[in-house]
Amino acid sequence: MSGNKEEEDPRINGIKTKIRVVPDFPKKGIMFQDITTVLLDPKAFKDTIDLFVERYRDKNISVVAGIEARGFIFGPPIALAIGAKFVPLRKPKKLPGETIFEEYELEYGNDRLEMHIGAVEAGDRALVVDDLIATGGTLCAAINLLERVGAEVVECACVIELPDLKGRQRLKGKPLCMLVEYR
Amino acid sequence: MFAVENGLQGDPRLKAISDAIRVIPHFPKTGIMFQDITTLLLDPVAFKHVVDIFVDRYKHMNISLVAGVEARGFIFGPPIALAIGAKFVPLRKPGKLPGRVISEEYELEYGSDRLEMSVEAVKSDERALIIDDLVATGGTLSASINLLERAGAEVVECACVVGLPKFKGQCKLKGKPLYVLVEPREYDELTLYN
Repeated sequence: MSGNKEEEDPRINGIKTKIRVVPDFPKKGIMFQDITTVLLDPKAFKDTIDLFVERYRDKNISVVAGIEARGFIFGPPIALAIGAKFVPLRKPKKLPGETIFEEYELEYGNDRLEMHIGAVEAGDRALVVDDLIATGGTLCAAINLLERVGAEVVECACVIELPDLKGRQRLKGKPLCMLVEYR
Repeated sequence: MFAVENGLQGDPRLKAISDAIRVIPHFPKTGIMFQDITTLLLDPVAFKHVVDIFVDRYKHMNISLVAGVEARGFIFGPPIALAIGAKFVPLRKPGKLPGRVISEEYELEYGSDRLEMSVEAVKSDERALIIDDLVATGGTLSASINLLERAGAEVVECACVVGLPKFKGQCKLKGKPLYVLVEPREYDELTLYN
């Protein structure tokens, strides 16, 4: 996986070829990395999950936090396979109970990520999952939410990294595991 | 049709699933007793029961496509799809899916909303299952059925974790059967978080 080019698992190329790049979405100049085409291939989708499960099953992860909405697709299968809780991190006002929030920057303006109070406990060992890391802003907000309630963030896991945006450096020193780079 | 009406009467997994759901009164507005499945997701055993029950039901029905309604359908759909070897198709709010999409409008209490699906999602001769966490009016599921049928898929069934009691028996949505695990929980002021 990330950084281990000489030993790249043969399943990774199969996943990479299934990612569809859509130019100028959601706006001009952005080459959108579409993972929905990976989900249309049961083997590629299964390989994606298996690669993460193999990495995390012996790391005593007690909670997998998935970022709305594409983190909800990859996080739960990983959580189920490793016996961890799944916690959705959501846009404002979607979670019905009491929440804490963390603000993060967008290109123009801010947004917020929310988590239910009581879902994650002090001492939980957490994995944060999203489909892609770009600037790292959302993942950083997720790390903050988990640390504020006393969890230890073990790693962030993404299918795709856009390394030119240097998101890896915004993860408060937490390691990143990714399967596919797009430059 | 509820699971208890179809062979799972007395199955302890159904009680575990129901007990793991939290009721939040008056969310998103007064009078609605919101069925919060996030507490179910905090219980790996109960969450696995949900997936196992659906997988047992669908693994021999030749389902080639599982469609999940944004966003809580994204949590339950993929584990089922992975276990039965089907593709997963997200049905999304407007503007989220890249590429060419088809879209279906549905009614809310006040106003309307739209659901979109990628045109790439459906090939010919697909047998589809639609998943969401809860069915109330059936509006979102009906829109989902429309999207899949317009793209040429056969919708085999709709499945939800929670459903209102009116969906007992042979109740169908747009002629399609509906399979539900549990009824909504009552709000109990003494219920602790866990």
